[in-house]
Amino acid sequence: MKTFKFFKILLTFLFVFVSTQSFAKTIKWSMQGDSLTLDPHAQNEGPTTQVSRQVYEALVTRGLDMTIEPQLATKWSTTDPNTWIFKLREDVKFSDGSKMTSRDVVFSILRAKQRTSDFKEYISTVSGVEAIDEYTVKVTTSKPNPILLNQLSNIFVMSRDWSEKNFAVTAQNWDAGQETFSATNAMGTGPFKITLREPNTKTVFKRNKHWWGDMKDNKVTEIHLLPIKNAATRVAALLSGEVDLVTDAPVQDLARIGSSSAHKVNSTAQMRTIFLGMDQAADKLRTGNTGDNPFKKKEVRQALYQAIDIEAIKKKVMRGLSEPAGIITFPGVNGYTKELDARLPYDVDAAKKLLADAGYPNGFDVELRCPNDRYVNDEAICTAVVGMLGKIGVNVSLFAQTKSKHFKELKDNQGDFYMLGWGVPTLDSHYVFHYLYESGASWNKVNFSNSEVDAAIRVMEGEVDLDKRNEAIAKAWKIVKDDISYLPLHHQVISWASKSNVDVPIRPNNEPLFRFASFN
Amino acid sequence: MDNKIQTTWERIKDSDIYFSFIKSPTAIISSIILFIIFFCSFFVEFLSPYDPFDPSSLSLMEAFTPPSWTEEGVAKFILGTDGQGRDMLSTILYGSRISLIVGFSAIIFSLVLGVFLGLTAGYFGGKYEMIVMRLTDVQLTVPSILMALLVDGIARGIISRELHDEMAIYVLIFAIGISEWPQFARVSRAATLVEKNKDYVSASTIIGVSNIIIMFKHILPNIMRPVLVIGTIGLALAIIAESTLSFLGVGVPPTTPSLGTLIRLGNDFLFSGEWWITFFPAIFLVILAFSINLLGDWMRDTLNPRLKK
Amino acid sequence: MLVVALVSFSLFNFVGDPINNMVGEETSDEEREELRESLGLNDGIYVQFSRFIINASKGEFGISYQLRRPVSDLIIERLPATIELVVVSALIALISGTLLGVYTGINRKGFFSDIILAISLLGVSLPTFVIGILFIYLFAVILGILPSFGRGEVVDLGFWSTGFLTVSGLKAIILPSVTLSLFQMTYIIRLVRAEMMEILQTDYIKFARARGINEKSIYYKHALKNGLIPVITIAGINIGTLIAFSIITETVFQWPGMGFLFIQAVQFVDIPIMSAYLVFIAFVFVMINFIVDILYYFIDPRIRVKGDNVSG
Repeated sequence: MKTFKFFKILLTFLFVFVSTQSFAKTIKWSMQGDSLTLDPHAQNEGPTTQVSRQVYEALVTRGLDMTIEPQLATKWSTTDPNTWIFKLREDVKFSDGSKMTSRDVVFSILRAKQRTSDFKEYISTVSGVEAIDEYTVKVTTSKPNPILLNQLSNIFVMSRDWSEKNFAVTAQNWDAGQETFSATNAMGTGPFKITLREPNTKTVFKRNKHWWGDMKDNKVTEIHLLPIKNAATRVAALLSGEVDLVTDAPVQDLARIGSSSAHKVNSTAQMRTIFLGMDQAADKLRTGNTGDNPFKKKEVRQALYQAIDIEAIKKKVMRGLSEPAGIITFPGVNGYTKELDARLPYDVDAAKKLLADAGYPNGFDVELRCPNDRYVNDEAICTAVVGMLGKIGVNVSLFAQTKSKHFKELKDNQGDFYMLGWGVPTLDSHYVFHYLYESGASWNKVNFSNSEVDAAIRVMEGEVDLDKRNEAIAKAWKIVKDDISYLPLHHQVISWASKSNVDVPIRPNNEPLFRFASFN
Repeated sequence: MDNKIQTTWERIKDSDIYFSFIKSPTAIISSIILFIIFFCSFFVEFLSPYDPFDPSSLSLMEAFTPPSWTEEGVAKFILGTDGQGRDMLSTILYGSRISLIVGFSAIIFSLVLGVFLGLTAGYFGGKYEMIVMRLTDVQLTVPSILMALLVDGIARGIISRELHDEMAIYVLIFAIGISEWPQFARVSRAATLVEKNKDYVSASTIIGVSNIIIMFKHILPNIMRPVLVIGTIGLALAIIAESTLSFLGVGVPPTTPSLGTLIRLGNDFLFSGEWWITFFPAIFLVILAFSINLLGDWMRDTLNPRLKK
Repeated sequence: MLVVALVSFSLFNFVGDPINNMVGEETSDEEREELRESLGLNDGIYVQFSRFIINASKGEFGISYQLRRPVSDLIIERLPATIELVVVSALIALISGTLLGVYTGINRKGFFSDIILAISLLGVSLPTFVIGILFIYLFAVILGILPSFGRGEVVDLGFWSTGFLTVSGLKAIILPSVTLSLFQMTYIIRLVRAEMMEILQTDYIKFARARGINEKSIYYKHALKNGLIPVITIAGINIGTLIAFSIITETVFQWPGMGFLFIQAVQFVDIPIMSAYLVFIAFVFVMINFIVDILYYFIDPRIRVKGDNVSG
């Protein structure tokens, strides 16, 4: 009897072991950070959205090619410029088996507008939302909003019943460290559900049997997210086969990973441009030594621009994986042209002369603020810039810190000279001008102000004649490029490294969609 | 004058230490290595054609040059360059100077503090001794690395960011030093207890020599032997502690890298084929610590056969 | 304990305004005041301190600035990982350290003894993080036989998540625990060796030899028993040291334990986590000292006879 029992246990173990060896199709996915919270409305932040995206769905979404596609809504129309009608899919169920209807959509959009939600600013133009019938939703806006669909693609739909049952009717107050059920549990209509959640260690996604859509490859049954903070360890884990996919592989390791027959590397231009900003409004640099603000002079800004050897940065720091930039926007964005994107030549002598002409023959001191965990090799780029500016006598001290502190202190107007990256989710130049160039704009920390540019921005917002609108965009780009308000560096290229037999399509916004993953 | 040096030299030559030294190849080799490292580190400005801390002298295009004996190596960078185009050899020597400065300062700090407390405790005894020794016991149970991390953590909270980078090295010295003193206190107290009962001390007391003079002029030189042994081994520990803290990112800032900082920075290039960026600082650190430990081991056996840690 | 509590409390209070650390700049003054009130920061300092003590004794240390979760939850989540790592390392260090120490103590001039001693000296000279990197490179990347990070599959027992019940969990603990144990092992080797050498010179061993008791029995029954006394004190302190050094090992191997949590807290100046960790460590040390004192009593007959306690 006892032996029999023992054999049974042994057999079970053996079975489990063998079965996990041959049939389990788990993709182990690693990146530096983890989702901050599973509450889909509590944090508007990269990895958080990447995790929520596997579990939750929105009315519309961006497909593999980044165009807007139907998701929970099958079609939509505008009855007047401020009213949108969305028709919902009727076969959608949450992963607990309950049906998704218009009351869930209305509930979710209102939830995302609550005071504790991190999306309240994001959809601030949405003034009302109501259910017309079980599968029709009306959204009203306070003013015409050409990018409403873009915005709604990031507003995830939750189950109202589930939220009410679990006291998660209001979005988690992340700033106050609130603990909610929705922060540690997720229940959506998406292709996966989360069955295990250990923050910063492991998150297990399993297939949602009730999902309405089709997986590209039905063998993909589980996703494990294993965040590894240290880049070298992350690469080691990939090379030793402990993870299958790394969505932020360090550029210096790509050659090594690519040379292994068991692994492959995919790269694509990311929708993000890296640049340096110089505060041109302060009367005196906070970290300077000249008692004034050299950045006020265009010659100085141009001197810094021409002192930066962007090709060297591309070759040595970025290992060839970057596109030197002339403006803060990239191919594919409305308003981008190759001519605008051309850079001033790298010329140390010219830079020295410009600096001397501007009245700083001996250069000046300034501090460069950088994030050290946000962009590809951000700190290394800054270190390289420090060396290059040192060659024309500008004595730069580097202050690199973690992204959350970097951005917070930048917002608090503490930076003279800083690094920033900018993406354009709307694929229209307006997004860049609205945040980086408009007088008093929230990320205009160089304090650039130009009435012509402001006027052009008004045209971009109101003009329906596309030719006239594009003219305004071109004019605005010319003004800001000639003014050298920022020092553009390069367009970022992102790279995903994976095992050869794992296929997860790379996307320019760095967000994997595992429903499109496959094994070969 | 000349004569006096002569006699000192002869006294050294006559001593058992000298005899034991020339009889021990490990001791000789390790001291030669240490001497070379010390010399090169402290005179690196005069020895090296490069100043890795002057960013304007660097060329990014020279970054990631492999060591000179490899295929793509260049003769002017013997050990290659790092990701910023800094010559590895010079950077390592500058780095080891920082490591040595922190190590020595921390050990001197803890030596002074520990010996003072141990000596006075042993000499005066009573409640004072009890309190000091209790403190020593408590401190001994707190691991050095933890103590250092805490001190650093508190310092980060109190000192403003601008000051922190400048203060980092002092914070580090204090953090490491504060965790090493109990060793010195224990040993010097024990030695003082022995010395205190010797005739010369009683004699001095009788003729009215003050306590301070007895302690520091008469007893102190006699307890220095075990203290020096502890100090040598402690130096190796302090250097390792420093590099560990810097590796964890809470030590000296990357602008003035120590060996630990260099290893941390180089770690990013471990898998990309640029092995020399992390390998050389690491091997240098190990050689340094190993040589000090060998010397310390020899000193322990020679100077103080009975002393055991 | 009270002293530590005071230190960590002052850490809490005098290191910046926690509110500024917690909220963004767009937060209104009313919201700040609301948060301040809810955290009890408007009460008197004595009220705050007594509340800190009461909360600390209940294991509550507030909310992490960085992760926005209760510190007690974070600690409890990560406690098993650290404890398992430390226990395994302690066992490795103690067992192999004692065995090698005895061997080198008995065979003083042997070839193997010299090798072991040379390696042990090298072990003291090799920083833990260098060993860790070396191991990852060798065993995970080149040989590909052991995992390079994390705990592998863990089994949740409700109050405790263990890595001992799965193959991957067991494999995952090998590299970190060996790395962590090496430094301590070298200490124990040297200590046991020295003790053995000294004890073998003592009269009672000579007497035992004279009586014709066989060598093995002398070594392991009589000598080792006495040689173990200092090992126990050291082992006690060692547990503490291991917990501290696990910070490094956990960082190198991305081991999801408390040390990893702590080092991130230090970099972020996340005071609640730091103070909680401090109180926890203090508690561990007090417990260890207590246990060591008791063990002493059982092992060393002299203490039982004298009835006083010589340990510190």
